[in-house]
Parts: sequence; structure tokens; C-alpha cells
Amino acid sequence: MPLLKPDPTFYPSPRLAMQAPPEKYAFVAALNPPGSKLNDALLVIDVDPGSRTYGQRVGEVKMPEFGDELHHFGWNACSSALCPYAPHPHVERRYLVVPGLRSSRIHIIDTKPNPRKPKIVKVIEPEEVFARANYSRPHTIHCGPEGIYVSALGAPNGDGPGGIFMLDCETFEILGQWEMNRGPQFLHYDFWWHLGFDTLLSSEWGTPNMIENGVQTDLLLGSKYGHQIHVWDLRRRRHLQALDLGNEQQMVLEMRPAHDPTKAYGFVGVVVSLKDLSASVWLWHRNNGAWDLKKVIEIPAEPADPEKLPPLLKDFKAVPPLVTDIDLSLDDKFLYVSCWGTGEMLQYDVSDPFNPKKSGSVRIGGIINRTPHPKKPNQPLAGGPQMVEVSRDGKRVYFTNSLYAAWDEQFYPDGVDSWMVKLDAGRDGGVTFDENFFLESSDYRVHQVRLEGGDSSSDSFCFP
Amino acid sequence: MSGLWPWLVIFGLGLFHGINPAMGWLFAVALGLQEQKRAAVLRALAPIALGHALSIGVIIAAVLAARVSLPHHALRIGAAAILFAFGFYRLFRSRHPNWVGMRVGFGDLTLWSFIMASAHGAGLMLVPLFLASPTVGDAHHIGSHVTMEQTCALGFANFNAPSLLTASVAVHTLGYLLTTAGIAILVYEKLGVGMLRRAWFNIDLVWMLALMITGAFILLF
Repeated sequence: MPLLKPDPTFYPSPRLAMQAPPEKYAFVAALNPPGSKLNDALLVIDVDPGSRTYGQRVGEVKMPEFGDELHHFGWNACSSALCPYAPHPHVERRYLVVPGLRSSRIHIIDTKPNPRKPKIVKVIEPEEVFARANYSRPHTIHCGPEGIYVSALGAPNGDGPGGIFMLDCETFEILGQWEMNRGPQFLHYDFWWHLGFDTLLSSEWGTPNMIENGVQTDLLLGSKYGHQIHVWDLRRRRHLQALDLGNEQQMVLEMRPAHDPTKAYGFVGVVVSLKDLSASVWLWHRNNGAWDLKKVIEIPAEPADPEKLPPLLKDFKAVPPLVTDIDLSLDDKFLYVSCWGTGEMLQYDVSDPFNPKKSGSVRIGGIINRTPHPKKPNQPLAGGPQMVEVSRDGKRVYFTNSLYAAWDEQFYPDGVDSWMVKLDAGRDGGVTFDENFFLESSDYRVHQVRLEGGDSSSDSFCFP
Repeated sequence: MSGLWPWLVIFGLGLFHGINPAMGWLFAVALGLQEQKRAAVLRALAPIALGHALSIGVIIAAVLAARVSLPHHALRIGAAAILFAFGFYRLFRSRHPNWVGMRVGFGDLTLWSFIMASAHGAGLMLVPLFLASPTVGDAHHIGSHVTMEQTCALGFANFNAPSLLTASVAVHTLGYLLTTAGIAILVYEKLGVGMLRRAWFNIDLVWMLALMITGAFILLF
């Protein structure tokens, strides 16, 4: 039923969204580690510091089938419903669209009336995804001007091309492929947009066949994983421009455009450079009507004793930082960069996007360091900072430690016991651990975090 | 004086249509904010008004044409059925028109406004005013009970079809433009878009109910 007033979690602008009340719950995708017989689940975490169960698991909804590999997920509707050209602000932000990256099954989960007891209300079977979208391995979800956009890593047979398909935001019917003309685009991973410029951008990882059996060194050393981003006309669904970061830049993942729709720039993270195992963050920006790229952050590899390195890395005698996720605060001021290899979460002040300044950092986990959390200072931790989410007001930063089941063991051969932590961020930069928030999870690996009411990567805005 | 009454209704419905954020003022504000110029708000008003005028003009022209060829009672029943069905459908299936794009020129905005007005049935709301042929107005002098249609026919008695079309579109669009421009400038300059969160009640619900009531009105009065 339509609401009489706009959903209270919709905000016209990112500036107004920063005044939103603090979230009380976090929803976390949880997948079963290799060898486990558990079905994947969506966990509900209490993140209200005033609650007796703060920092604990307070709800869980199990997936109906085994082996989904839940990864990224998103809301049925968000602040883009206020966009002036197709306004429909009286829908509810209520359903989470939760795909299985390995199974290609998509779950629609109702978070109301009780967010501690979410319920699965619809399941889209893989065969339907294959038949209606001719894609598979659904991944990132964004609510946007034409409904729900879902990225998919490849074709049903596990090869390319990957791309984007659409879901109706009310019936959750698959509407088909988004692209009208894909030009040279073949590999796919993440996507997002600049609504004020009618522009969509997408990034590249690899086809399902290139990733599902682990990272393949021959492909990696042959520069076969993604190293480009693609610029699209959001309105006409046409490919406009491919921007190449260079063959040595391998795996171009998370895209974080400026939230302010009048700003035409954004950041994208690169996992590894073949030249020196460094990781980097690049800025895309509009330059005389076309789009351009600039490397703005480079994070060097850290030398390490080959004895302590997993087989994959022994020859390199260094730990690569492996930037696997980044997140931008709603005021476009702070960029968080996850270094999953070295075990560091970095914060940069990107007020001047061309010249980021490092403003904070914490260490936890890491292939070599295994840095503990302050709550249990004697317990070495596996995995490293990975999926990161920032609260709308920019004051709290949550992150988890698993990457992708088939890849976790290649970098952490003794397994990735999973954890989720929280940082407090200062108004002018700087981050510290919340010592009371350390959620360990031995049954599941936790992955993407979504915050109740929205977060810094869930909503897009048409007003500055 | 009663001859003025239908014109006031046409003007008033224009004012009412302009209030709806989905009818244009919000788009004008967004374009102004995107370019950070008040001139962009003002520039958007002309194409938005033109698209709206075309949309209601098409409907009024269709009614004026239909009333020449169709028997009066068939026209009334047909119009009532269309209004009621449209309102009912939109009430329960509130799909927004698929339009994506903030980079819009004059032609884009005109088309957008035409689509939005048509999809909301803006022109349909005016239909009852144009159902009666001018000759029906003569009945006014005979009976003591004056119907809505007779009043309208009296108000329009001095117009032939083309001039009635032009005049009613102009009067309606003037009312529409007044609220569209007024709200757009007020929100851009003073209120800010934060007010949307509080003030954007579901006008579509009221709108669709209005269409259904108008449909019933045709048959009852």
C-alpha cells in the first residue's frame, strides 16, 4: 500500500541524510565457509549502544537452499525515489534484495514490521535469472530511477559478458538486461551513477569462470583480469567511453561516485598492480565534457619473510595491500580504504579529491601481522578489513573480514574465522576502535553490511 | 455572473495541477539547484507549461470533436466510464512513468511535462465542463433546476469550438503556471527541498479520487 507521506528514510540530499538518526540495526550477509553444511543467512546485528545486546547477533534468516554465497545486497527503494523526473516517494524502504553470488538465486527479504525477525517473501530461482536476463552471478544492488538495478558477473554459462539487469521495485519481476548498446564492455563488477549527469559507470573483475576456482595466477600475470572502467549514458543505456587504467592494474572493483549530484567525480579501488604489488585508488572526473582518470592514492606492498607467506605470494617476498573495498562518507569528505592483505583500514580526507590526505588508520588482522582487536588483545586474527560501511552521519564505520570463499584460503590458508568490528570517526578525521564492538562468528563468514534506514553506499540523490 | 463560473473552475483546476510536485515545479527546482542558478528554474517553466497545455489541449479537443458526432447521453456515459476507470486503475497501480534524466533541453522538458500530465489524467479532470453542446444552455431558461453542464454551456455560449479550446487551455495553463512558478521559486529561494520530507503528502491519491468523483459527478448532475 502506498504511504501518505514520503518514507521517512528518504532524503532529498546527502547533506540532509547526514542528519538522519543513528541506525539501531545492521543487516549482514553471512555465508558458510568451505566444508560447512550450513545454509547461508542474513544476520541482524544490534548496533544501538544503549541496548543490552549491543554488538550481538539478535536475528537471523536462513536461506532456503544450500550454497548461495551471499555477498552484496541492497534495498528495494531509497532516496532516489524523490528524484523530480520520476517521483514515487510513497513507496517504502522495506525489502532487502539479497542475491547468492554462486547460486544466482535472489531472495527478497521483508525487514518489517520487526527488523529482528526478517522474513523471506519471494525467491527468484536461478533459472528465471538466466532465462529473463541472460546473466548469472548477481552481485551489487542499487535502487535507482527506473527501479532496482542488479549487477551480474557473467552469462549463464559462466563466461562473459557480465552486465546489469533490472528488477521491478514493487513486484520484483525481472525486467531484462539494462544495456541497449554495450560497445566493447565484456568484464563486469560494480556500477553506480551520477544522477545529475545522466551517467553510469561500471568496473571490471572477471567472468565467473575466471574467479570461481580461485584467483588464477596465469590469468593474473597475463593481465587478464579487469583493468578498465566504462562510462555509460544512463538515460539511453549506451556505452560511451572505456577508460583504461593500464594492463598492470588488475581487478578494478568498488566504485564510489560523489554523493552530491552536482559533482562529477568519484573513486574506484584497484586490488593489485603487477608492477610492485601495490594497490591504488583512482579518481574519475569530467574534463571538458569527457571523462578522465587519475591515480590519487597508491599503497605500497609490505616486505615480508617468504616463510610466512602463503604459496601464492612466496615468490614476491611481500604482502600486497589488496584494496578490496572503499566507501565514501555522505559529505564526500572521507574515503575509507580496506587493505585486506596487510590488515589495515585507511581513512583519507578527500575534500580535495585530486589530493587525498591520509587522516586516520587502524590495523587488524592481515596475512602477516594478524593484529588482534583491542577487546581481545592476545588473540591473533585472520582475514583483514574488507566490506566497509559508513553510517549516514559519518560517525560510525563498520567492517567485516571475508572476501570471497574461493579466494579466502589462498591468502589465509589456515582459514578465515570471521569477525565484524566498528570504528568511531572524529569530525575532522581520525578513527579508533569501539572496544565494545567485536562480533566473532565461527559458523559463518560475514560479508557486506547494510544499515537500517540507509548508509553511505545505499542511496543516491537528485538534489545537492 | 454565472457565465464566469466555468472559467473559474478551469483556472482553479490549473492552480490545483500546479501544486503536485510530479507536475513540474520540483523538476524546475532540481534544475536550478543542479546548475546553481535561479535562471535555470525560470528557464524550465516555459517548456513545462507548454507540455502541460498540450496534454490538456488534446483531451479537450477530443471531447469537443466527440460531442459533434456522438449522442449526448453516450458521450456522458463514455466520459464517466473513462474517468472512473482511469482513476481506479491509477489508485491501485501507481507506477510512475519511466523517465530518466536530469540533462534536459526545451524539447525534453516539454515532452516530459506532456507525459506526466497525461499519465496523471490532468486533462481528464476537465472533461465534464465540455460535455454539453451550446444549445443545451438554452434549457436553462425553461427549467428551474440548473445542471452543471447547462451552467458550463451558458459560460461557453459565445465561443465556437476552436476559440473555446484556445481560451480554456490558456486559462487553465495560466493557473497551472502561477502555482508551478510560485512554488518553484519559493522552494528554491526560501524553503529548500528539506520540506519535501514533511510536506509531500500523497497528492496522487487525492488526485485519483478526484478523477473518480468527477466521473460519478457527470452521471449524477
